[in-house]
Amino acid sequence: MGFFRFFRSNKEDTSAKLAKDRLQVLIAHERTGRGGPDYLPMLKQDILDVIKKYVSVGDDALSVQLESQDDCDVLELNITLPEESAQPNQPSEEAKRRAMERRQAASKVT
Amino acid sequence: MTKTIVVTSGKGGVGKTTTSASIATGLAKRGFKTVVIDFDVGLRNLDLIMGCERRVVYDLVNLVNQEASLHQTLIKDKRIENLYILPASQTRDKDALTIEGIARVMHKLRKSEFDYIICDSPAGIEKGAKMALYFADEAIVTTNPEVSSVRDSDRILGILQSESKRSKMNEEPVKEHLLITRYNPSRVQDGQMLSVDDIVDLLAIPLLGIIPESPSVLDCSNAGKPVILDDESAAGQAYSDAIDRLLGESKPHRFMEAPKKGFLSRLFG
Ligand SMILES: Nc1ncnc2c1ncn2[C@@H]1O[C@H](COP(=O)(O)OP(=O)(O)OP(=O)(O)O)[C@@H](O)[C@H]1O
Ligand SMILES: [Mg+2]
Repeated sequence: MGFFRFFRSNKEDTSAKLAKDRLQVLIAHERTGRGGPDYLPMLKQDILDVIKKYVSVGDDALSVQLESQDDCDVLELNITLPEESAQPNQPSEEAKRRAMERRQAASKVT
Repeated sequence: MTKTIVVTSGKGGVGKTTTSASIATGLAKRGFKTVVIDFDVGLRNLDLIMGCERRVVYDLVNLVNQEASLHQTLIKDKRIENLYILPASQTRDKDALTIEGIARVMHKLRKSEFDYIICDSPAGIEKGAKMALYFADEAIVTTNPEVSSVRDSDRILGILQSESKRSKMNEEPVKEHLLITRYNPSRVQDGQMLSVDDIVDLLAIPLLGIIPESPSVLDCSNAGKPVILDDESAAGQAYSDAIDRLLGESKPHRFMEAPKKGFLSRLFG
């Protein structure tokens, strides 16, 4: 048991307690992802990649939820877009995209 | 009626083979005609633990591929009446098994009037483990008091609930049992190890038994004897209790307390 452990009175900061707390959170999280189709993580990544072509967002900007209702499954997407770029004097991603499209279109008209 | 029980865990090295050997032996000892199948194709080990490694001629893959008959493949235990071992292949890999092939084997075993089929699952959550649990009526989820083992057990429970034959056929779900192995009560008392209550609370399935960490397990493996045959050992007794509970008896759990220590040894131990 060891000298220090013997005198430690509260059970709250034992390593077993820490293990249990971590597992509780993790298992609950993993259970929610269970039962969904195998392609869900890949679908999520693909959607995220498409969004990133237009807006600069982090990996946590997209949440995907699959819910079963009576006779159909509903795929719910939540995308958190960033506030319009706060950086002064810099074009937003959206502005850059529009400009690029404009130029491409213009170069085709000869 | 034949009952098929899978011993599974997700994580490797937690005591599945040790448990399969003892559960099968315990059931046979009580008079049930029992076969224990090693599904760990490529990493055969059950034969060693059961002490029949020198008698293996044909294996599960031969049987699945219809290269040998059931009669040729089953090894009859020399100590216990009614106990048979179906060894895994050493030279093939897990892809050598198919659900259809295993289904044929299960059918033959049912026709041979086995009471229990115990399936020793390989580690992991891949094809081999899924094959071992597919036909299960009951599952013994073997868990060590340790974070990664508990997490993997929870994943295997998810697979049992969605990929077993019973779940696919919309039959009554696989009956789940929690078996905590390599339990070390004094480390639990010191707060270093997850307790029985912690694990039951996290996984939320009925507790079949607690097998203490015990040196006799290694001694018995060395001798090729399932530890349940060692009546003197705590692990052997704990497995016997688990058999009683599996057969429906209610028995208080033992081996949860650390042996009492004196003040000085607690201080400096
Ligand atoms: N109760 C116990 N006390 C002490 N040692 C044990 C106990 N149970 C199992 N062991 C030891 O743990 C090791 C792994 O056991 P075993 O081979 O049964 O695990 P497994 O889950 O089948 O492993 P794998 O995933 O590789 O198939 C062995 O060395 C065994 O002797
Ligand atoms: Mg094994």
